[in-house]
Amino acid sequence: MTVQLILFIILALVAVATALGMLLSRSAVYAALYLVLNFATVAVFYLLLNAPFLAVAQVTVYAGAIMVLFLFVIMLLGTEQLRRRHTLAWQQPVAIGLGIILLAETAYIVLAQRGLVSPGTTEIASITGSPTEVGFNLFMSYLLPFEITSLLLLVAMVGAVVLTREEKKK
Amino acid sequence: MEPALFWEYIIKSGILLLGMTGGFAYLTYYERKALSRLQSRIGPNRAGPWGLLQPIADAVKLIFKEELIPTSANKLLFILAPVITVIPALIITAVIPWGRPIHLFGRDINLFIADINVGVLYITAVASIAVYGIVLAGWSSNNKYAMMGGLRATAQMVSYELALALAFVAPVILAGSMSTVDIVEKQVAMGEPWGAAFGFILGLLRWNLSMPLGFLIFFIASTAEINRSPFDMPEAEQELTAGYHVEYSGMKFALFFMAEYIKMIAVSMIAATLYLGGYNGPWMEQLPILGPVYLFVKVFLLLFLLIWVRGTLPRFRYDQLMAFGWKFLFPLALLNVVIVSIVVALGG
Repeated sequence: MTVQLILFIILALVAVATALGMLLSRSAVYAALYLVLNFATVAVFYLLLNAPFLAVAQVTVYAGAIMVLFLFVIMLLGTEQLRRRHTLAWQQPVAIGLGIILLAETAYIVLAQRGLVSPGTTEIASITGSPTEVGFNLFMSYLLPFEITSLLLLVAMVGAVVLTREEKKK
Repeated sequence: MEPALFWEYIIKSGILLLGMTGGFAYLTYYERKALSRLQSRIGPNRAGPWGLLQPIADAVKLIFKEELIPTSANKLLFILAPVITVIPALIITAVIPWGRPIHLFGRDINLFIADINVGVLYITAVASIAVYGIVLAGWSSNNKYAMMGGLRATAQMVSYELALALAFVAPVILAGSMSTVDIVEKQVAMGEPWGAAFGFILGLLRWNLSMPLGFLIFFIASTAEINRSPFDMPEAEQELTAGYHVEYSGMKFALFFMAEYIKMIAVSMIAATLYLGGYNGPWMEQLPILGPVYLFVKVFLLLFLLIWVRGTLPRFRYDQLMAFGWKFLFPLALLNVVIVSIVVALGG
């Protein structure tokens, strides 16, 4: 067994455990902290895959910025304790459906690797390693999706500003 | 991994950790001495010659203090929070080079722990997780002042992180690399046409003129990021007694204290590396061992700047602080990036 495999198994266990902890935790703050740990573990996975840029970006954006804001909101609203029976009617079937799709995808990838079915695409985005490569790929090959994403983010930002503005006027 | 390399990393990490914690101890002395001179006082002068043993006396006092945990506090997070605060402060300088490679014991030893190709981004990543300790300390104390301090810290650090990250963009664009070693060497390369000693200063001048607002924005944003005066809102005494660490005592309080001072050193090291030539100085070619000395001198002077600011400026009001960060510093940082981009595009 190689060192990488051992590392991977430990990290995978941590990732699954933190994900479960986040789902099952009754306290919103603990749930958020589990999610932070989960993001950090995913960042280490990126490091194992030889993609330091993605790893560091993951920590900065998800573990650093987004989760801090989550925690901020949880603490500001004082909703630390979740209500006992807080279920949305549509949530369960949707979750099951999405889970099945994810399982099917995983099965397909496993089968494709064994050569049992033909892989959908031979060209996998080869973004690894250096930030230079990531930058070139983003701005040359994937410019349109990149710009559309930035537009989406801009729309969301403007939306947030507008929503908070209107609340103030009342 | 060969054993010698393994030991090299262990020793270098040990030097960094001990250097930072020892630096913390004597930075408190340095600050108290410098502040008292700024305020026409003498400062600590009882423990040892010139009060030099004062940090040790402080440490002993803090170790023997009673540790209190509030009854309705979240115990686990209350104990973890100081640890979570210290760790980012200790690891953030792992990518800062201390000097050129030196030849020692028949080996070429690099004077840095890690030269990764995303070094600058690593700094922003660690800086962005540094806020957790403070937030959790504020929340787990179950005290309204601590809570307010924690919330203020979050809002402030998240806001100033933007300007800070944009300040990092300028040196990265100029050097064409996110590796800190590349950035330092590029600053030397900029002055190369003018010779060794003189060229270093001119190169530094050229480097900083290419991003006229870079150092200033970094300095302001990082002062806010480490909650130093005049941006020490999370611990404003008049409003919040002591802010996020109001319930902490003994060694746990000492850890928060330690994190703040280590962050001061770290920020000074980063500023020296990104804007002031890092370990470089005149006559580096002849004596490469001068590297750490130059870095130390630069950090020492930058620390004085931080203390000087603390001794001079009153604290911001909270709303002014946020307005300043978002409406003034952030656009200014964007402008700085535009200027650098134009300079680089014109071949500067």
